[in-house]
Amino acid sequence: MRRITAIALAALAALSLGGCELSHKVSGQNGYRGTGMDQVTVKKVAMAKDEVPPPPYDPPSTDGPRAKEQFQNLQVLGDESAEQLSYTMAVMTAWVAPKEGCNYCHNPNNMASDELYTKVVARRMLQMTRNINHNWQSHVAQTGVTCWTCHRGQAVPTNHWTMPPAPPSGIIGNRHGQDDPIAATGFSSLPDASLALYLTGDPKKDQNIRVQATAAHPSPADKTSVMQTENSYAVMIHVSKALGVNCTFCHNAQAFGAWPISTPKRAKAWYGIRMVRETNGQYIGSLTSAFPAYRKGPMGDPFKVSCATCHQGKNKPMGGYPMAKDYHALWGAPGNATVPATFPTPLQAPTPTQPVASAAPARGAATPQG
Amino acid sequence: MTTYQNIFTQVQLRGEPEMGVALPPGSEERIGQGGFVHLLGLVGQAQIGPIYLGWTGIFALIFGFTAFEIIGLNMLASVNWNPIQFVRLLPWLSLEPPGPQYGFSPFVPLAKGGWWIIAGFCLTTSVMLWWVRTYTRARALGMGTHVAWAFLSAIWLFLVLGFIRPFFMGSWAESVPFGIFPHLDWTAAFSIRYGNLFYNPFHCFSIAFLYGSTLLFAMHGATILAVGRYGGEREIEQITDRGTASERAALFWRWTMGFNATMESIHRWAWWFAVLTTLTGGIGILLTGTVVDNWYLWAQQHGYAPHYPATGVIDPATLGSTGK
Repeated sequence: MRRITAIALAALAALSLGGCELSHKVSGQNGYRGTGMDQVTVKKVAMAKDEVPPPPYDPPSTDGPRAKEQFQNLQVLGDESAEQLSYTMAVMTAWVAPKEGCNYCHNPNNMASDELYTKVVARRMLQMTRNINHNWQSHVAQTGVTCWTCHRGQAVPTNHWTMPPAPPSGIIGNRHGQDDPIAATGFSSLPDASLALYLTGDPKKDQNIRVQATAAHPSPADKTSVMQTENSYAVMIHVSKALGVNCTFCHNAQAFGAWPISTPKRAKAWYGIRMVRETNGQYIGSLTSAFPAYRKGPMGDPFKVSCATCHQGKNKPMGGYPMAKDYHALWGAPGNATVPATFPTPLQAPTPTQPVASAAPARGAATPQG
Repeated sequence: MTTYQNIFTQVQLRGEPEMGVALPPGSEERIGQGGFVHLLGLVGQAQIGPIYLGWTGIFALIFGFTAFEIIGLNMLASVNWNPIQFVRLLPWLSLEPPGPQYGFSPFVPLAKGGWWIIAGFCLTTSVMLWWVRTYTRARALGMGTHVAWAFLSAIWLFLVLGFIRPFFMGSWAESVPFGIFPHLDWTAAFSIRYGNLFYNPFHCFSIAFLYGSTLLFAMHGATILAVGRYGGEREIEQITDRGTASERAALFWRWTMGFNATMESIHRWAWWFAVLTTLTGGIGILLTGTVVDNWYLWAQQHGYAPHYPATGVIDPATLGSTGK
């Protein structure tokens, strides 16, 4: 009896450690002393090397004949040099469709044709990349982004999400859009539609995440309910998990809402959240008609980006390596491009060479964490 | 030496069940003749019953069971009546109060929070009937009503959270969901929304009394167990007839910290600490959102939250752009 009790107690002690992160950590102070402004970093995650592919060959000259003089139907890259165009096409293939090659987007008999939806998507994504590098240096600074930042060699970035289905109207099967342990909410019972609330919608209309009153006493200006606050809490958990940081990376836990005691990282994140909203709204949202059904979520919306799409568990994607510097074509003005409403080629489900599993949308707003 | 250091009660008495004092005229009969359960005797009195239920007890159980069923069946329905998913996801499941769009209306569709209102009503009725029971039973035994008033202090916090504060805020959406993790998420969101509850002075009082309660309980429990070898566990008798155990217990504290409670006063201390935990906690919750909307800003206005050096970060929303 005693032996069984001892074994049971030892097993219980071992099991109770199961939820602990046992690997080495480093902690550093990032704010005023005594305010708990500390960052605890799991060493093996922080030190993990991201694979950053080198340029396929030395970046070619940006001088010489313009691409539009030699190629047809160039809506974005026409003002680049012809050499730069070939170079950009080569790296895009290597970053996004290394197995499928040029034909993933192009009809080999007519490279200028827009008959494949993937080409239309790729063009819009080029504009998106340019928009981020050109207009959102408040978030990406001079580091910039490339296709690789999200795609990492896959046609569909691993960390994407789609709109969660609306809960049923009755009580049967209705979990009120919460009470569902998913990664995006840190396996809590917080609302799982918080990404939909804050990371989509009209980018010109600001959608503030802040919930705290701006005055000490109640006023009609501050009417956010505790129930609504849970959405704000949930999206902050998403940011925390996507960046692999705790709250005090940006906030002073003394007062989450107070800007004068926040770290500069919080302002960076503020711009980043708006950048994601614009990216989902103006770029990915505009492609809804282009994407086939198997590239959409249960609500018929295309796969969207979140903080995790680029960051993938690091507070700077790829440790902050300024990969975009070698790619001149990703820095120009974004401009406009047309998205055809229909595509003549029948849209087929992926062939076995295209991994379906990696393209399966995460349930609800779930974003698998790297 | 180790005789008195026991996890479980070592000696259990068996005989005719103790029937206690006669009930006052007009009381209902107690149910059962009393019996003994060895396992319960290990941690408490081995005698079970007879019990006095009365109409308050019966209705308290009926309403309590109804609330329990409404909450449980709503949770079961939320996983499509799947018992395996119910067990697996139980800590995450909830019965949510009505959303902000319903205000404080008592008429809310059942699936949109109506069930929450009914469950809350049944649970409140059950608790209040049980409170009446603790009061009348104490009176029937010729006791004081200290237990009832202490219980009422806990009921006060419960009602502030689920009814009184939502009434003043004019919204059911301010109240707490039924559910294990959901009510914890509510707690965190409540503090986030109202600017850090740690700057709410009544929250401070409540925490001080809560921690004080555990400290007093540890000191008192340890003292009585430590004089168990002299019969100190018979503390009720020692209130009127002090023996060597009581004297030693008092001396121990007088020698270690110069001051000691008496056999009576230690229970007064503990009672007040426990009662004030929920009493002050309820006041703190009630003031939140009704009188104070941001406790951090309130505390800074009153010189209560320290001013730390500014980091120079400016709210980007005040810079007149939506990002670019």
